[in-house]
Amino acid sequence: MSMELVRLATTGSVDDGKSTLIGRMLYDTKQIFEDQMEAVEEASERRGTDYVDLALLTDGLRAEREQGITIDVAYRYFATPKRKFVLADTPGHIQYTRNMVTGASTADIALVLVDARLGVLEQTRRHSFIASLLRVPHLVLCVNKMDLVDYSEERYNEIVAEFKDFATRLDIHDLRFVPISALVGDNVVDESDRMPWYTGPSVLHLLEDIYIASDRNMIDVRFPVQYVVRPHRMDHQDYRGYAGTVAGGVLKPGDDVVVLPSGFASTIKAIDTYDGPVAEAVPPMSVTIRLEDDLDISRGDMICRPHNRPEYGQDIDAMICWLSDTASLRPGGKYAIKHTTRWARALVTDLQYRMNITTLHREEGIDSLELNEIGRVRLRTTQPLFYDPYRQNRETGSFILVDEDTNATVGAGMITGPAQ
Amino acid sequence: MTAADLVGSDADDEAYPHRPMQYRLSHLGALEAEGIHIIREAVAEAERPVLLFSGGKDSAVLLWLAMKAFSPAKIPFPVMHIDTGHNFDEVIEFRDRIVDALGVKLVVASVQEAIDSGRVSEVTGPRASRNRLQIEPLLKAIVDNKFGVVFGGARRDEEKARAKERVFSFRDEFGQWDPKNQRPELWSLYNGRYRAGEHIRVFPISNWTEMDIWQYIEQEQIELPSVYFSHKRTVFERDGMLMAESPHIERFDDEELFEAVVRFRTVGDMSCTGAFESTAGTVREIIEEVSASRITERGASRADDKTAEAAMEDRKRQGYF
Repeated sequence: MSMELVRLATTGSVDDGKSTLIGRMLYDTKQIFEDQMEAVEEASERRGTDYVDLALLTDGLRAEREQGITIDVAYRYFATPKRKFVLADTPGHIQYTRNMVTGASTADIALVLVDARLGVLEQTRRHSFIASLLRVPHLVLCVNKMDLVDYSEERYNEIVAEFKDFATRLDIHDLRFVPISALVGDNVVDESDRMPWYTGPSVLHLLEDIYIASDRNMIDVRFPVQYVVRPHRMDHQDYRGYAGTVAGGVLKPGDDVVVLPSGFASTIKAIDTYDGPVAEAVPPMSVTIRLEDDLDISRGDMICRPHNRPEYGQDIDAMICWLSDTASLRPGGKYAIKHTTRWARALVTDLQYRMNITTLHREEGIDSLELNEIGRVRLRTTQPLFYDPYRQNRETGSFILVDEDTNATVGAGMITGPAQ
Repeated sequence: MTAADLVGSDADDEAYPHRPMQYRLSHLGALEAEGIHIIREAVAEAERPVLLFSGGKDSAVLLWLAMKAFSPAKIPFPVMHIDTGHNFDEVIEFRDRIVDALGVKLVVASVQEAIDSGRVSEVTGPRASRNRLQIEPLLKAIVDNKFGVVFGGARRDEEKARAKERVFSFRDEFGQWDPKNQRPELWSLYNGRYRAGEHIRVFPISNWTEMDIWQYIEQEQIELPSVYFSHKRTVFERDGMLMAESPHIERFDDEELFEAVVRFRTVGDMSCTGAFESTAGTVREIIEEVSASRITERGASRADDKTAEAAMEDRKRQGYF
């Protein structure tokens, strides 16, 4: 059972065949069961569609089925003998950018679809920009509906060239292309013989083989303290452990560490789990650390190495995706902020620009950010945060903003660095 | 997390011979780490947590993760059973034994008590199910005990409405879920804030599939009620499912009793949980059976979800699990 867990995000528009691609991957890896297939066939028939609409598999809410659109992120699961996939399927309409940001925030691989007849559209650019902004490490562009362009190598190359040209303006670490026909099944699970000019893997084989283990930061030790374990039991009277999830680096017993914000130094005595002590802890393991010294440490503190500390401060610059449909972000706005295991309050001291995610132009001189808009802000927080730039660590570089009246999550932030 | 959960370094991985040494968790190791992270996060941030424990396999895994999350301390919150009164004896026996072994407090919210005191009305007849009647005692117990966080063992692969639900799922003062007004959930940053009278349902095993659950039960050797394993039982057939003979289920005249070798794929209220013929007597044999199955567990064994396309969504909106 040494399968690896891989998180995918798919985006695409209503007509580019995304649901067909997902449906086919699920069906061909035997994740769609007979009763689900029957239910979808029945529902398609009732709606009078002349083909089996696989979107009905994922569109779980009544409103979605009634309107025939995907409203929310739907999670689907499938597995091959090598890997288990968690797929966040996000709708492609412009008004649902926030769902795409949500799906991309945890993704290892983003799958973007284009229709081979239409090529790279505005929407393709937006989706790719979001994947790049959220630093999804790998992007796979599926050029779909190749059957409708006579499996033309020339057309495929045109689209690849056009996308590569656009992608030079993004920060995409690993970019792959696959010509497919989701409807017919070319290069989805098995390599197709209809495109002998393409010698690469099918989409599924690519997803199985893309190397993801080095995507997490294994260099900079970051351990946000989540919970202090004090058993108060006769057999563990003096036990004091710091529970948390490793956000970066490799921790070992005997390592010298410092605890922020106090700055106290100590040494790791043991790294505990229910199954016994471990020799090493790496992201994203959940462990409990004991230190040699008795220090005053609480939730929200950060354990790191003495000569490799995170940034520390109350004034930060960040890219924000605004998620609220009822309130807008404005300079002077105050919010609750959650960063790693720490809550504080944040004041928006400046709104520098809005990113036009179609043209990638910075639009300056704006006074608010609305739902689904992405912009750059400067924040001042009531307490210092221990953070890394998002590009160095997605765990210690991200935060959410929460409306203090409604408790709604209204903003998703990616720290660029200390306020300049 | 055991050392065995580390899939290994790349130094000994033929697929990537030239990569620097790295560590990877197995899928079960990654799911376990995520579940523990979620449980700790909810307990650290919210007042008065409680864990819903039905005695089923998913809640058994959930309770196991809670035990691991706070080890060597005890689980710092009680567990709650919503008792429909239509239980398998084996499940109640299992529940009491596990709760006792872990030294946690058990809260029982009773559907029978809600019926007796006139808060809900019993449905009668052969197709009567107390499934929907669980909503009232569940919500009342949450209010009475002022529970702020309610852990549940729901999985997103179980059902389409569940596939859209957040890990930290907000409930208003009526206990209702509003699927169109959910908080976006990004990275591993969960928003567990609520006001007095509201609460948060937390689903730490959202990303687990039925197969993951069984593989984990095998790996960790987690104990389950005996009804999950093949046994001889007196049953009758209804809607393609085998229902257990029980004083809690009325039969139609043409529903004849017979003996069969069966097991249950889910463990819920007896009146809406079906068995099927199986000789799988061990977790390994169940894993093989689940791998070969072409029907989902709800489709195979839950009469309550066969009634309408949006049956689960409707129950969830009203406050169901």
